[in-house]
This record gives sequence, structure tokens and C-alpha cells, in this order.
Amino acid sequence: MSAGTFKKRQAFSMGNRKRATILSVACILFFAGLYVAGFLLDDGGLRTNFMYRNQPPSFEFLFGTDWLGRDLLTRTIKGLCISLQIGMLAAFCSAVFATLFGLCAATFGGKVDAAVTTLIDIVMSTPHLVMLILISFAMGGGAQGVVTAVALTHWTRLARIIRAEVLQLKNMDYVAVSARLGKSKMWIARKHIFPHLLPQIIIGLILLFPHAILHSAGLTFLGFGLSPHNPSIGVLLSESMQHLSTGYWWLAIIPGVSLVLMVKMFDILGNNLRYINDPQTSQH
Amino acid sequence: MKNFLKYLATKPLRLSIIVVLVAILSFILVSFSPLDPITAYLGYDRLQISQEQEQVIIERWGLDKSPPERFIAWTKNILQGDFGTSVIFNDPVTLVIGKRFAASFWLMFFAWTLSGILGFVLGAIAGTWRDSIADRIIRFYAYTLASTPTFWVAMILLVFFGVKLGWFPICCAGPLGVAPEQVSFADRLYHLALPVLTLSLVGTAQIILHTREKMIDFFQSNHAIYAMSCGEARFGTALFHGLRNILLPAITLQFASLGELFSGSVLAEMVFSYPGLGKATVDAGIRGDVPLLLGIVIFSTIFVVTGNLLADLIYRWVDPRIQIGEATG
Amino acid sequence: MLTVKDLNITFSRYYNSFSQTTLNPLHNIDLNLSAGEIVAIVGESGGGKSLLAHAILDILPTNAELKGTIQFREKLIDSNTIRQLRGREISLIPQSVSYLNPLIRVGKQVCRAARIGGLTKEEARMATDAAFTRFNLAPEVQSLFPFQLSGGMAQRILVAIATVAGASLIVADEPTTGLDPDRVTVFLDLLRMLADEGKAALLITHDLGAAQRVADRIAVFHGGTLVEVVKIADGSEVDNLVHPYSRALWEALPDNGFSTNGSSFSSHRHGNDEPLGCLFVKNCDRAEHRCRITYPDLVPAGNNMVRCLNA
Repeated sequence: MSAGTFKKRQAFSMGNRKRATILSVACILFFAGLYVAGFLLDDGGLRTNFMYRNQPPSFEFLFGTDWLGRDLLTRTIKGLCISLQIGMLAAFCSAVFATLFGLCAATFGGKVDAAVTTLIDIVMSTPHLVMLILISFAMGGGAQGVVTAVALTHWTRLARIIRAEVLQLKNMDYVAVSARLGKSKMWIARKHIFPHLLPQIIIGLILLFPHAILHSAGLTFLGFGLSPHNPSIGVLLSESMQHLSTGYWWLAIIPGVSLVLMVKMFDILGNNLRYINDPQTSQH
Repeated sequence: MKNFLKYLATKPLRLSIIVVLVAILSFILVSFSPLDPITAYLGYDRLQISQEQEQVIIERWGLDKSPPERFIAWTKNILQGDFGTSVIFNDPVTLVIGKRFAASFWLMFFAWTLSGILGFVLGAIAGTWRDSIADRIIRFYAYTLASTPTFWVAMILLVFFGVKLGWFPICCAGPLGVAPEQVSFADRLYHLALPVLTLSLVGTAQIILHTREKMIDFFQSNHAIYAMSCGEARFGTALFHGLRNILLPAITLQFASLGELFSGSVLAEMVFSYPGLGKATVDAGIRGDVPLLLGIVIFSTIFVVTGNLLADLIYRWVDPRIQIGEATG
Repeated sequence: MLTVKDLNITFSRYYNSFSQTTLNPLHNIDLNLSAGEIVAIVGESGGGKSLLAHAILDILPTNAELKGTIQFREKLIDSNTIRQLRGREISLIPQSVSYLNPLIRVGKQVCRAARIGGLTKEEARMATDAAFTRFNLAPEVQSLFPFQLSGGMAQRILVAIATVAGASLIVADEPTTGLDPDRVTVFLDLLRMLADEGKAALLITHDLGAAQRVADRIAVFHGGTLVEVVKIADGSEVDNLVHPYSRALWEALPDNGFSTNGSSFSSHRHGNDEPLGCLFVKNCDRAEHRCRITYPDLVPAGNNMVRCLNA
């Protein structure tokens, strides 16, 4: 036995596994709660109320109010809910692209593979934000612009993973044996390839959320995305830009912190699911 | 050496093909845009111009021709080095990009260097003393920064250092009312401070996590085990052996991440109203300046692709196993 | 100089998400080594004997647990004291050149070893030059990278690093693997020369032939422990082995007619729920019922120490 064969194994006990499961469930519950809250909240807090303009956070207004007297707590929850929907929609489309492209590249090989690889190179060779601006310009802005832009730019990494995974699976003995036994390609894809791929796709999808949410917020912040009538977190932050120099700090800080927390929870969720799915993956 | 020459011949070719494809794709994309360029340019002023004036603009921009015709004309001009005229700046696109990039360059350069050094050092510390308190703090910092939007970091810095403490200016590349050419060097740096800090803080996250991972891998390698068996302490092992083994991948990563740097600079420039290329990108997108937008897309692609090429070249250049191996073998 | 008493190493390992086992690759090791002596630990590859070297230098992986004691010059070695000893007093000759840092010129690596062995900058440079001369390496070799070295050169560099700071105990971990017979001879002569200077050497190898040419004592390693320790007189071969495993190993040597039935003798002791008996019992043609239920101790048999109930 040589020293080279030593690999420090991350301790992976029941305790860690339980913790990962609990964390994941907590994250999912949080997102579900946020979603429901966004629907249930009445628009009372969104109405302008000049009696209470620019109130700092207090017991009455936990997050304070803005320059029109709107309750920031309500706006933040609504905003997170909108950002969540946009991000999830974009990430979902992105994951569909990734699966499609990754599968095609690996299954057909040859020219298809070369084309997909070039397409990936193209998307990766332009700064994300420039590509996002270009696409949302081409779509004429608005929510559909943000979703399309994010969906068209974020599929590359997952597509690469899926492509590599399928190529590896294709070379597995049991897949080769099935092919020899005369099973059809569809049968093999359904029975052997897809079950292995599904967890990868789901985890890849969840890990796409943070990027999708951050980028759609960024795009909206720059003025390409949603209109002020549809106040996502990006809009909230963009509007607060005009009030930065006035000392109403909560307008920028509180929605921002909520956004960071939400993105971080998606990260935690994705990484914990990956942890549960694959005990070999050491988490650093 | 032969491999290297072959590499030099094929890689740039492939990269140029990608740039060309990006150009074609971008052109197709913008020609799909439902936005009316004249409305985007003039805004509400459109209601005030006459039919004849509108016709003049349409002809000048070539809007009366079909997209394929426009594409051919556009390609012809580009091959002659003419990217057209920016609608909002009323200058040739190449001139606008050159000027704006000069401003952005220093922002990106400082941020790139600072985040590289800071990220490498912090990552190396975290990886060397894995699971120590320092590691936990550094890791928390990196993971949190990785889920933080760049523009928000910029806003926080602006509120705190610019407004609350008043240490740094909150806008622009020089004092108000001073012509850009007359801004002193010190003033320029002073105005760069917060945007650079923003990009550095955000940029460190990735390099920290990468370096940390590599250092942990190194400490599990035979090299590290042997070095420690020779009496090296953990610190000495990291300093004398580890750093040099993980430096190359870190530099490569830093060169390969120019795209993220550019994206970050767009957001930071918007928050700080810094008149660089990033702000020009946003203006071009919002006000429908198609020639400028296309020019920036192509330019930024070349920028990123050059970074990737440099990363590759440095890897081949610095690693003695490749360098000497190819020279002798 | 070195005394190892009742050394046990266990690994706990998770082979899937819910279950863990303990591996016990090294157990009941007793060994002592004095100045000027070469002791060879001989056993088949993959048996875990390298762990002994790693245990002495305290470079075991973190999930390993060590029981028993290791003393160096009558002082107990623990993870604090070993730091002062590594390089200065105890040094390692690793298996291959791949242990050297691939990105640093070898001269610098030898010099660095001298520096951390406690020499000043000037002394270290001189010691490096001296070591290169001594081990028959041209001065130009100093500026080569490890991947440019030939097998023999790499071997001598590793020896140079191990000795440049004047260590008195040298642990050589499979140093002759992959070398051609001439180079093996050169290396063994080198080791003998170092021992004659008063250094102690622990030679860990799977090559009984090489071991018997140079060692003063041979300890045969099987199933995670030492099954036989035998003294050999200068220049003579070992022909008085008692333990059935050692005999099989000896008979497998080319000079002795390769007379092995080709079966692999590997047997590890996994965890605590394994049978208690002798670990060689499945391969032994002299196995009796008591061998299956009684774990033998290392006891004197003739001039040897043997772990066999039939000895």
C-alpha cells in the first residue's frame, strides 16, 4: 500500500446525512412558504400612504417604508416571489436545453457533437451579461426577455456534465451487454441511461437557480427586465438607487440581504441534495 | 516544440471562427428585436419630428433594406474596419469602444490583480489549515460572496464608504465639472477605488474556492507527504512546495475568468456612473444603439477569447514539464 | 535506536452511506533496530508494510488510528516530538521519484532538505554539493527537474535527500521497485555503506533476495504482522526459515526453483469479528485444528522468532 492510495475520506455518518436532509426540507419549506405568502398577501402594503413615508424599520413596519409610504416587508416578499418565479422558469428552460443538447451531443456524436460543442464555446466566449443584454434587447425587454436571456445563456455547464455522463454510461459494461442482447436504443435510454441522469439533472437544475436569480436581478437592475409595475427584487434595488444618498439605507440593504439569503438557500439545497445523492462526493 | 507550433496554428483559428460565429449570431438576434430603433433613439421626441426627417434617419441607418442586405453591408464595412457609427455618441463605434475601454481597462486591471492576489492568498491559507477557524471564516466569506449580486455589493459600498463615511466619491471617473482630459492621476485612482473594491470583493470568491481545493489536493499528494516526512512543517510545505504547484492553475483560472470580470464591470460602472465600456453597453442596449451594441459584443468576445488563449499559453509556457519536455523530447 | 512495541493501526472507513467497518492492516508489531544495523521487512506487495514507515514518521492519513508505542533513542515518539526528528534524525527514502516536487530543480530540493535539517544557508549549499559528489551525481544534475532524471539518478537523489542533514535512522520504503538488477545492487551497496557509518536502516521491500544480501536481520511480514524474525550472518543466505509463509516466500526465489503453487497468500485481518486463529491457516499445509482457534505469539524457535504454533 503506498501513500498515493490514501484519500482522506470525508466522515459521512448518519448524523451528517440527517442534517443534510433536514436542511434540504427546511429550504424547500421556506421557498414554498415564500411562494404562498406572495400570493396571499393583499395589496394593502403596496398602496401608497403618504402618512408614513420613509419610516425606518420599526415594530409597526418591520422593514420600514419607502418614499411613497409603501411597506417594504410586503414589497420584499412580493419581490422575492416574483424573482423566484422568474428564476425558476428561466432555470427550468435552461435545464431543458441542457438536457436536450447534452443528450443529443452524446448520443449522436460526430457532427452533432461538434456543433453542440461549438455552440457551448460560443455562449461561453461572450461575457454573460453582454449576452444577456443582447438577448433581452432582441426580445424587446420585459419579463419574457429576462427569462429567454437567462435560459439561453445558462445551459452550457449542465449540458457538458450531461454529455460527459452519458458518454461514460454508454461505455459501461451493463449497457454494452444490453445492446448485445438486442435491446433497442430507446429501451436502453429509458432503463439504464435516464434513471442515472435524472438526479444529476434535478441537482443541476437546483444549482442553476442561484445563477438564474442573480442574473435576472442584475438584468432587471440595469433596466432591461421588468417594469416597475411588476416589482421584483431587481426593480426594488434599482429604485432604491435614487435614494442612496438620502440615508434611507434600509431601502437598499433589506431587499438585498433577503435576495442573498434566498440565493444562498438554493445553494445549500442543491449542495445538500448532491450530498445525499452521492456519498462519495466530498464536501469541502 | 512541434506540438506547440501545431497548437499555435490551430487554436487561434478556432477562436477566430468562434468570434465570427458570435458576430453572425448577434446580428441575427438584433434584427429580431421588436424595438423600433428610431423610437428607442428619440424617445418621446419622435412625436415631434416630421415624416421627411424620419425618412432621412431610416435611409442613413439603412433601415429600408432587408436584414440579409444589411448584414452583407455590415460585414463588408467590418472587413474594412468600419463598425459603423454609434447612434447615441455620434462617433465611430471603434472610437467609442477604444475610449470607453481605456477607462474600463484600469478598473478591470486593478480589480483583476487585486482579486487574484487576495483570493490566492486567502485560498491557500484556507486550504493549508483546513477546517481551522481561518478556513471557516474564509469559506463563509467566499460562499456568501458567490451568492451576492455584484451591483448590490457596489450599492452597499457606495452607501457605506461614499455616503455615510464620505471617504470616497460616489460617482464618475473624475470630479464634476472637470474635463476628462484634465483629471489628475491621483483623482482618477481616487474615483476608481470603490468600483475596484467592488469587483475585487466579488472576484475573490471563485479564486478562493478554487485555490483552497487545489491546496487540499496538494496536501494529500505524495509530494506533500514526502515533504513533511523530510521535516517540513505545514506552513513550509505550503510555502516552498504547495504554492508553486497551485499557482499555475490559479493564474490560468484568473485569465479564463475575464468574462465574469467584464460582466461585473458592467454592473459596477452602472452603480458608480463610471463612464466605461460597461456603462456604454447598458446605454447601447437601452437606447437601441445597434451598431455600438454589436461592436461591444464582438469586442468583449475577443477580450474573453484572448484571455482564454493567454491562459492556455501561460500554462504551456510556465510548466517546465511541458516546456522542457517538448524542447528535448 | 528504534523500538516499536505492540503497534496497531486501524482505519475506520465508510463503505457506503450507512455502514462502516474498521480495517486493521497492521497489528502486534514488535521491532527494534540498533545503530549500524539494517533490518529488512519483507512481505508481498499490498500487504500494508509501508504503513509501518508512515507510522514511524507520523505521516499516516488522518482517519488512521495508532495504538502501541514507538521509541527513538529511548524517547517516545508522538506527533509533537516527531516534528523535531523528521529530516534531522529520521528520514524517508520513498518508493519513487514521483514523491519529489515536479516543479523544483532537484539541487534545490536537496538543499531545502539540508536547510530544514538544521543547517545554515551556506552549510546547506556545501552539504548539497558534497552529497552530489558522494553519490556520484554530476553537478549539472542539480539543475534538472525530477522528470528529467533517469531511474538510477532519481534513486540517488532520494538517498541524498535522506542523508544530507545527517539523519541517523533511514526508513526506505520499497526503494528498489522498478529498478533493474544493477541499480538494485548499487542501491544496496549504498545502504550497506550508510549502515557501516553507524546509521540504522529499515528496509521495507517485497524482494527477499535483495533483503538477504544486505540486511542483518529479516522480519517477514504477513497478514498485517511479523510472522518471523531471523538473523543472518554476513554474506550468507537465509536457509533456516521456519514459518510456512516465510518458507513459501523463500522457495519462490529464482535461485530456489520458483516452487510456489502460485496461490496468493494475502489475508488481511478485517475488524474485530474475524476468526481468532492464525492468519495463514487457509494456505498452510501443516494447519491443525488449534491453528484455527488460537492466535500464535511470536516465540523463539531455534535462532529465530516465529509466530507459529508448530514451530
